[in-house]
Amino acid sequence: MYKILEKTQFSEKVFKFRIEAPEMAKHAHAGQFLMVRANETGERVPFTFADWNPEEGWVEFIFMKIGKTTTMLSTYEVGDSILDVTGPLGQPSELGDGTWAVIGGGVGLAIAYPIARQLHNSGKEVHAIMGARTKDLLLLEDQFRALLPEDHIHITTDDGSYCEKGVVTAPLERLLQAGTVDHIFTVGPVPMMKFSALTAAKYDTPIIASLNPIMVDGTGMCGCCRVEVGGETKFACVDGPDFDATKVNWNDLRARQAAYRTEEGQALKAYEEANCACQR
Amino acid sequence: MRRRTAHARGKERAKDFRPVDKGFTEEMAHAEAARCMRCKKPLCVEGCPVNINIPGFIEKIYEGKYGEGLDIIHEQSMLPAICGRVCPQENQCEGKCIRGKKGEPVAIGQLERFLGDMPEVASEPKMAPKNGKKVAVIGAGPSGITCAGELARNGFDVTVFEAFFTGGGVLVYGIPEFRLPKAVVKREIDGLEKLGVKFEYNSVVGRITDAEELFAKGFDALYIATGAGLPKFLNVPGENLPNVFFANEYLTRVNLMKANKFPEFDTPTKRAKNVVVFGGGNVAMDSVRTALRLGAETVTLCYRRTEAEMPARRAEVEHAKAEGVIIHELASPVEFVAGEDGSVCAVKVQNMELGEPDASGRRRPVPIEGSIDELPCDLGVSAIGTNANPIAKLIGPEKLNKWGYIEADENGQTSDPRIWAGGDIVTGAATVILAMGAGKKAAADMTAKLLA
Repeated sequence: MYKILEKTQFSEKVFKFRIEAPEMAKHAHAGQFLMVRANETGERVPFTFADWNPEEGWVEFIFMKIGKTTTMLSTYEVGDSILDVTGPLGQPSELGDGTWAVIGGGVGLAIAYPIARQLHNSGKEVHAIMGARTKDLLLLEDQFRALLPEDHIHITTDDGSYCEKGVVTAPLERLLQAGTVDHIFTVGPVPMMKFSALTAAKYDTPIIASLNPIMVDGTGMCGCCRVEVGGETKFACVDGPDFDATKVNWNDLRARQAAYRTEEGQALKAYEEANCACQR
Repeated sequence: MRRRTAHARGKERAKDFRPVDKGFTEEMAHAEAARCMRCKKPLCVEGCPVNINIPGFIEKIYEGKYGEGLDIIHEQSMLPAICGRVCPQENQCEGKCIRGKKGEPVAIGQLERFLGDMPEVASEPKMAPKNGKKVAVIGAGPSGITCAGELARNGFDVTVFEAFFTGGGVLVYGIPEFRLPKAVVKREIDGLEKLGVKFEYNSVVGRITDAEELFAKGFDALYIATGAGLPKFLNVPGENLPNVFFANEYLTRVNLMKANKFPEFDTPTKRAKNVVVFGGGNVAMDSVRTALRLGAETVTLCYRRTEAEMPARRAEVEHAKAEGVIIHELASPVEFVAGEDGSVCAVKVQNMELGEPDASGRRRPVPIEGSIDELPCDLGVSAIGTNANPIAKLIGPEKLNKWGYIEADENGQTSDPRIWAGGDIVTGAATVILAMGAGKKAAADMTAKLLA
């Protein structure tokens, strides 16, 4: 059992859990993930570490209420426990020298933040490019602002409800044109990562994407999370989750991510109906 | 005449996941035990990878002394209820049985299972006094749990680290309920806990801790039994389409995560009309039979050689056929074809013929030029084996071979004197009994060396 020490709500649908997991906290690295099984009937869902503290013995992850598991998790409160949490899993991010642009879109910002922090703390210059559909879905703005200077933060919203209207590739392209960026890290929805990669390739700048396919075991055994990178099949759970974004077969990834959409809807509906009956 | 166990009718039983083979009644076991010739030089014992005294325990069944019979098995194997069900007996003990020369061999596997299913009659395990040494076992599959049990009985303080949330390894994620009830596996794990073995679940050693850290925490030795890992690829176009699975995923979703009970359980799986499985081993058989139970209309097993060369247990091939699986011999996949929705809708197969025998002695399949068929396939499963899991190399300083498996001597000793290893992570994918045997041998070697 893994106790929830702290619960933070960022918006209507976005939450952060701080979980008691002393051993995991000692061994976690930026870019790695954990897997949650909420209860006896639960599925295994991967979440990238948002933060961790080896001294205090906790790890954090951020999630957005989308399907059944995340909807159910959002009802868990401080003091409740998650049945199983496994991690750290995956390869730590390898972050080279030079100036970085870290791009996060939507919940991907939860993963982008520890990467930006690690880069910043190791003395590297970091630009954060933060994208969201709308202002309410923009995560961790305060944390990013506390970390980086004002002119190193670039925010876009699809609907223009906050800062620049548009998508993350616009500020990325400006930075690349100015020649201020040596490396790029991108994490978020597939189209965002795909177009970040195309933009980076135009300027011949290396770009890493942190991928988020569906996983079952998370330890290289089942192959559910496989993704084609540079013409080869790779397992995101043990070979990644970070890959050279210019080599990822994004269409394959997107198709595999969407493979269970019908079932996910079904599970959520069943959960909401059951829950509704309880409250009546 | 060899006694046959009861089974529900093929088509009927393939509707649910309940165990298929009902095993022997006491009467049947007694009659079958009477068939054993008590050979002076029992070939069955030679055929057994762990050399169980087979005529010895069969004699005890005949005499009705079940406790003594089980004690005889326990001298060599702690998992008779499991091995009685999953060993390829026709290539081992039963394959050597003298009765089989002219008629049918003694049903040794069923007799082993008969005793294994009454663990309560065995003598209390003899426990050596605590010796103050601590051992970490990595992986709670058949090899790890055997080693852990032996070490605990030898007086060691044993902790098993397991990546999943429950113990059993391939016995719970790979082998389906209809072939090996999960209650049987749980009984073995519970038994180990009673011996004082501790289990640390959700612990991927190599990530949450490693060999050096475990030694620093006071462990004196390690037994690594993480199993084979990574599925082998077919390396054909369309292999990554939605609804093309590796058998490990297809089976894990159902066996471990209970996707057959979705949405009561949260993990979904795909229920398809026309399922095609590639491979000829036990994992392929488990996959086709799982597909039937998930309601597939047609389930086809494609194998590049013929049925006679299939490495699966004979009983599993027979079960699959009785349940309605179509065996499509001499065909190898060349491409998975996507339908309008982007998921797989068909698979093209290259037809083969048998040529000259290869190194394994089996006739090599040779493609028939230009002979390609397209089979309807809205769910494909690849069950052609596994490679070493790359997490093994993160555990400790022990040497790996060029394929990524751990190098170990016949007692499981690795290049590091504090580390032993066994099971599939040493041999590559093999059988439960060999993994178990490796755990037992390593435990004996560890006991001798650590207490020297």
